Amino acid sequence: MVDAASLTQPALWPLTMIVFLPALVAAFLSLPIVPRGRDEFIRWTTLLTCAAVFVLSLWMAWPQLFGATGPAQFRLGEPGMQAVVKLPWIEAFGIEYLLGVDGISMPLVVLTTFLSMLAAAASWPITKHVKAYHVLFLLLVTGMLGVFVSLDFFLFYVFWEVMLLPMYFLIGIWGGPRREYAAIKFFLYTLLGSVLMLLAILMLYFTSDLRQLSSEQLIASHVVSPGLDAAGQTEAVRLIKDEKSPVHTFNLLALAQIGQLPNSPFAAAEVWGMSLEKWAFLLLLIGFVIKVPVVPVHTWLPDAHVEAPTPISMILAGVLLKLGGYGILRICYPICPGAGLAFAWLVCGLGVVSMVYGAFAALAQKDFKRMVAYSSVSHMGYVMLGLGVWSAVAGHEYRWDAWAQGVNGAMFQMLAHGISSAGMFFMVGVLYDRVHHRNIEEFGGIFNRMPVYSGLAIAVFFAGLGLPGLCGFIGEVLVTLSSWNYSRLLAVISAFTVILTAAYILWAIQRVYLGAEYKGPHGDHLTAITPRELAIATPLVFFAILFGVAPQLLFNYVTPTVNRQVETLADWTRRVHDAAGAVAVAADESTDRAR
Amino acid sequence: MNQAAAAASSNMGIVISDTLADTLAVSVPLFRPELCLSATIVLLLLCRILPVLRHVESAVIALGGVCFAAWYAWCDLRGLPLGELASGRQELFTGLLAFDSLTAYIRLLLMGFLALYIVFTRVSGIPDREDGADFYTLVLGATLGMCLMASANHLLMLFMAVEMASVPSYALAGLLKGRKASSEAAIKYAVYGAGAAGVMLYGLSLLAGVLGTCHLPSMAIELARVTQVGPASGSVMVLSLGGLMVAVGLAFKLSAVPFHFWCPDVFEGAAAEVGGFLSVASKAAAVALLLRLAFSLGVPLVDSAVGQSGAAQSAMTALADSRHFMVYLIGLMAAVTCTLGNLAAYGQTNMKRLLAYSTIAHAGYLMMGVAAAVAMAGVTPSGSRDAVTAVAFYLGTYVFMNLGAFAIVAFLRNTLRSEEISAYAGLVRTSPGIVVAMAVVLVSLIGLPPLAGFVSKFLIFSSLVEAVSAGAERPLMLLLLVIGGINTVVSLFYYLRVLKVMTFDPPGEERVSQAFPLVSLPGAVATGLVVPVVIFGIFWSGLYACAQLAGGFAF
Repeated sequence: MVDAASLTQPALWPLTMIVFLPALVAAFLSLPIVPRGRDEFIRWTTLLTCAAVFVLSLWMAWPQLFGATGPAQFRLGEPGMQAVVKLPWIEAFGIEYLLGVDGISMPLVVLTTFLSMLAAAASWPITKHVKAYHVLFLLLVTGMLGVFVSLDFFLFYVFWEVMLLPMYFLIGIWGGPRREYAAIKFFLYTLLGSVLMLLAILMLYFTSDLRQLSSEQLIASHVVSPGLDAAGQTEAVRLIKDEKSPVHTFNLLALAQIGQLPNSPFAAAEVWGMSLEKWAFLLLLIGFVIKVPVVPVHTWLPDAHVEAPTPISMILAGVLLKLGGYGILRICYPICPGAGLAFAWLVCGLGVVSMVYGAFAALAQKDFKRMVAYSSVSHMGYVMLGLGVWSAVAGHEYRWDAWAQGVNGAMFQMLAHGISSAGMFFMVGVLYDRVHHRNIEEFGGIFNRMPVYSGLAIAVFFAGLGLPGLCGFIGEVLVTLSSWNYSRLLAVISAFTVILTAAYILWAIQRVYLGAEYKGPHGDHLTAITPRELAIATPLVFFAILFGVAPQLLFNYVTPTVNRQVETLADWTRRVHDAAGAVAVAADESTDRAR
Repeated sequence: MNQAAAAASSNMGIVISDTLADTLAVSVPLFRPELCLSATIVLLLLCRILPVLRHVESAVIALGGVCFAAWYAWCDLRGLPLGELASGRQELFTGLLAFDSLTAYIRLLLMGFLALYIVFTRVSGIPDREDGADFYTLVLGATLGMCLMASANHLLMLFMAVEMASVPSYALAGLLKGRKASSEAAIKYAVYGAGAAGVMLYGLSLLAGVLGTCHLPSMAIELARVTQVGPASGSVMVLSLGGLMVAVGLAFKLSAVPFHFWCPDVFEGAAAEVGGFLSVASKAAAVALLLRLAFSLGVPLVDSAVGQSGAAQSAMTALADSRHFMVYLIGLMAAVTCTLGNLAAYGQTNMKRLLAYSTIAHAGYLMMGVAAAVAMAGVTPSGSRDAVTAVAFYLGTYVFMNLGAFAIVAFLRNTLRSEEISAYAGLVRTSPGIVVAMAVVLVSLIGLPPLAGFVSKFLIFSSLVEAVSAGAERPLMLLLLVIGGINTVVSLFYYLRVLKVMTFDPPGEERVSQAFPLVSLPGAVATGLVVPVVIFGIFWSGLYACAQLAGGFAF
């Protein structure tokens, strides 16, 4: 049961408020006491809520800014989980309200709160059913933040699914002409992925056994709270060890520890002739790559992005796509390292295929927003490649620094893409709000009419292009470099994709912004950028430049955690590889002797 | 001669006094909920006769009686011995009925449902003042039969209980007098039901004939003996045939494919209120009966007092074939039922018909849980207990999900005068509250978190995975898992279509734009039914603990 001591955990209220404050405000807004007509009030409440959550997340992530550092705040350079919150939830299944942040999730949390603040500001042009829109928007924010901070697989799944329904309605009610089709397609793809994920979760749960872990591992994975005194810890560990039947767990950290054991039960169990580890990895991977999205399952994305209203496109591209990459990094690899090693070619291959396919598809688009959507597919391919090369460099050399480079690059690419793609969608939205069409062929000459806007837009598009000095560059270059060690072919292809990227972005810029004069419809509506739009665009451009010149601002957060995870897995690979080698050598010797 | 007669009569006296003592001391106290219901029925009928009592509202009497019954049912559940291995099993009325944790749980569930149901029907106004007494008499009578279904321990009682639950239901289906569709529904239901009952009775007689007894636990012992000795050539055939025929009767009550044809027609023809009753109460009782029958014939009762663990073990092994047969029968039927229900629901335009197919699909999910429970019974009793718990939990949440759905349909019918899905077009503009309530219910039926339907589905799937990892009937359990997963995705289509019509579509022109305010009596009832769906989706420990009590019934 919940006792008083567990309610005094330092991070309990900060983390809980970050996740649930939007949902609480949504509940308040949906009450009948808020009349439906008071649109301005609802908009401001939503914006202020998102701003408050952003400040709160910043307070956690960057304590120096606020002076004092408390126990709930993030300590740079520490690789492990921080600010862990642990409350019992469903004791019959060992499900816990387990939250925490580390170097991987903290920047993503800040990115999410930042983008949702900007998206809330970008929601002013929404005039249809304002109240319902903002309620759903806030619920969506809660779902996204919950996924990034939850460390319990069940809780993770709940948040993962909570995002679906608001997104369905946001696209389906406030979207473009083909919104119903796009909304149901989005929902179906994601639900299919999440049902597969649920099966994998259950498989892992019923195969896991906490008794296999040492007491240090139990404490490190927060199964036994490190906050207890020594006697309490010993007692808790003894209780687990004394159980007669297996003690299953949903704790992601503990599952990772179990998955990396030399005698991992996930690798031992078999279903239909393949180890359970591989099944779980594949099922989870399908669930996550649908969100990323990767080429064979990407088709929901262009539809959803194009039909969704501008702020929702920003959230979709900026945050939702990152959930897939985050899931692969946080769940697939640590829990199923053996399968990760075996399927590295698959992950890398999918990454490269979507990189190239997305770029070519973007080249062919006539619709400006669709082009940006395909550029997301292409850019997220780099993330997949960066994550994939990770376990791959396992021949005879254990170059974990090269893997770490790839994963760090992928993480950086996710954050950078969060900024640049949200920016690109916003820029497209600004144009669409004025001229109500997105046909690239009919644009041209925007620079003359809206110089400030065009300057900012070109900066954002260059960031997406990966121009050195802007944020898109760092991630792509790191991923390409690290993939050289894995497969030269893939490295060469991904380097060439940069040219394709440059082609479609430069061509689009030329057709939309440059040119003599605008000849398309509604030319007289091309008014200068408004202060509100400027207030959204400027921070995006600012960060696109800042992270391009000072990438260490992000790497300071990301690298310690990523490096430790990669190092652990490199050790794991070495151990497994050496053990396999020893067996092979022993087998050779015995055959020699037989001769 | 005289002495012998005297001895016989004194023996007779002992038997009578023993029976009397047993009945009064053991059976009657554990039979109080049913007695309460019976008394209420009598009272309802009396009120019609006496002119003085004519003006007493029958819903009030019914509600009062049900509250008493619910209180006793709650006491019975509370009085159960706690602990994992105790089912608190007692045989009542010389073995005709069994009282154990499953009985107690299902009975409480039915009584709780009935209380909600009476409030809901009173508000929705489907039994008008004239019909009230008839309606509530029928509902209470059917529920009485369902309680007996949940506790039947003897083939005779089993059949009686099924009929007792069915016959009032036939009359309920024809409640809307003067409406052709309603009468048609009633006659269809009755004919179909009579056919199924006949087949089931024949099957029961085959089973009883081969095994020489009607008492379920004795049948299991006899079955084990027959299997161990090596069955006579024909008897396996007869037993399987008997099992299949009994399955027909149960499948009819569960509305499982291929005996589901009555369900959409009856639901469409009858009032939404009746549909709600049939889809929830009838299903709960049928699932309980399925569990009891399957476990009685698949798992020998362990008499811990005698301590024949060796004998029990060998009987357990001997019944493996029987369990295997039942698992495949239930499992395959579950797979087909679930798939067909979901696929057929896709094309429906009438809301009640859609809910009928959804009911069929959910019967499939429930049967998957039953199949997993029986499959694991011989391999891992704790896993089997978890599976029964999952089924019991599912039934608990199903009360709110489905009754909520039917209640909203009924209230919307009162407002819109239509039950077609197309009539709901653009409803969100006039009555957003009820649309949110409907969304909660439908999304819960899809099985998305954080709603109760998700937890239920999660538990069913987890018991299937547990069966797979325990190696119990692995291929079938894997198949069910895959089919269950695919069905969840398929079901998304038609549930969402209703929401899509309510929210995305513009309102139809011919419809009188009448608002359904949430701040009203019907609104309050709908909210009261929907809020638990959310609560049990987030804080489900309490309900799970209750369901766990039921889960231990067979061990």
